[in-house]
Amino acid sequence: MKLALFLGCTIPARGLHYEASARKVAEFLGIEFVDMEGAGCCGMPVRNVSSDSSIAMSAIALAQAEEMGLELVTLCSACNATLTEAAHMLHEDKELLKRVNEILTKAGKKPYKGTTKVWHFTRFLHEKIGPEKIKSLVKKPLTGVKIFSHAGCHYLKPRTIFDCFDSPEDPQTLDDLVKAIGAESVKIINPNECCGGGILAFSEDDSVKIAGGKLKRVVDHGGIDAMALHCPFCNIQYESHQKKLEKDSGEKIDLPILFITELIGLAFGLDTKELGFGQHRVKPKDLLAKVEA
Amino acid sequence: MTDSAGASAVTDSRLKPVFKNEVSELPGGERVKSCFQCGTCTASCPVRAVDDSYNPRKIIRMVLLGMRKEVLEKEPIWLCTYCYTCQERCPQEVSITDIIFSLKNLASKEGFMHPSMVPQVEILSEFGRLYEMTDFDNKKRAKLGLPPLGNKPEAVESVFDSTGLSKEAEERKGSSK
Repeated sequence: MKLALFLGCTIPARGLHYEASARKVAEFLGIEFVDMEGAGCCGMPVRNVSSDSSIAMSAIALAQAEEMGLELVTLCSACNATLTEAAHMLHEDKELLKRVNEILTKAGKKPYKGTTKVWHFTRFLHEKIGPEKIKSLVKKPLTGVKIFSHAGCHYLKPRTIFDCFDSPEDPQTLDDLVKAIGAESVKIINPNECCGGGILAFSEDDSVKIAGGKLKRVVDHGGIDAMALHCPFCNIQYESHQKKLEKDSGEKIDLPILFITELIGLAFGLDTKELGFGQHRVKPKDLLAKVEA
Repeated sequence: MTDSAGASAVTDSRLKPVFKNEVSELPGGERVKSCFQCGTCTASCPVRAVDDSYNPRKIIRMVLLGMRKEVLEKEPIWLCTYCYTCQERCPQEVSITDIIFSLKNLASKEGFMHPSMVPQVEILSEFGRLYEMTDFDNKKRAKLGLPPLGNKPEAVESVFDSTGLSKEAEERKGSSK
């Protein structure tokens, strides 16, 4: 199984543990990631100001994967939704495809034919490998570990472009993977509320408040060892802002935020250092102790 | 008439009823006229839950009434975090999130791009991604066994030149709106 790996902006600069653990898990499962040389941003940031610019940036990546003859995989939910939506629109709207290809040609890029399939790595693991297969490969089950899964928005919404593969209100696919590695999946009220990452650049106050509200609900639930997620923006919201939120409210949060690939790698018995566990600001030491016990 | 904050009410003569037609032609706008103002969007909105100034139901109603200038220049449309919760829950299948994207695009074209977008456009033009990959970044990557990455800017800059985004950002930078 070969896939073209699209990294985007945030993961290779601010989410090294996600990239490292995803590469290790893929390798373990016999999935070959082929790096997309020279690929940059998916276009998401400029969708706010210029839809055509965003779609054209996505089309550059889609055309590159097409040229490689591979389906495209992304680890970032924002890249996932942006590329999936662009692929969907360019497939449905031939006028748009023509207009975007003129922009690509002018930029010295190959035109896009319209055939690339986009995967979020989590969906690929769930659909193409499957929880049963993953379960069968577990060496260190996460028995007794309670995890809240934050599937987030751009993994599965808007559902019209994602063939309704999972429920936007009560998503199951990420939980299925958490259960496959032996952990207990815990639900909280309004489980799929947004992390607030989309407005970090426009109102840091509102953005961090939204993240803090959900962190509080997870902590108040009691007994949850970690939050599992699969998007670098959600990770910034929930992990990088924890110290500030603790300082502002005077209340301790101390909730480890782990990428699903780190958890799967851990359960496969892979080296935690190589998986990037050392990168965390909120150290998951209690969880690691539980798994090693 | 003025409200307590001294802002003028928008009277009938200042409304632009054709604005709803303009929005209905934009990406996501197809069903905007079907809104029956139930308020599911605002009740579902995670931003509204922490900030009263943001109200998607109000934005849609202002579009339908024709309050073009107020929507594009004054309403905090930039606070939409595009989580799609409103769009997924809308009983009338109005693509609210997509409409707000289109309103932000339109506001940008007319000189009202959010100022924090300007540096993002500039960084993307220069480096092809939101973060410049420095030697320091590549050293950190090497420590985790990750391949080095370079910056490939030229295609992005050309895309922004073609769509007019480079010019819009440049002009926004020089304006004091």
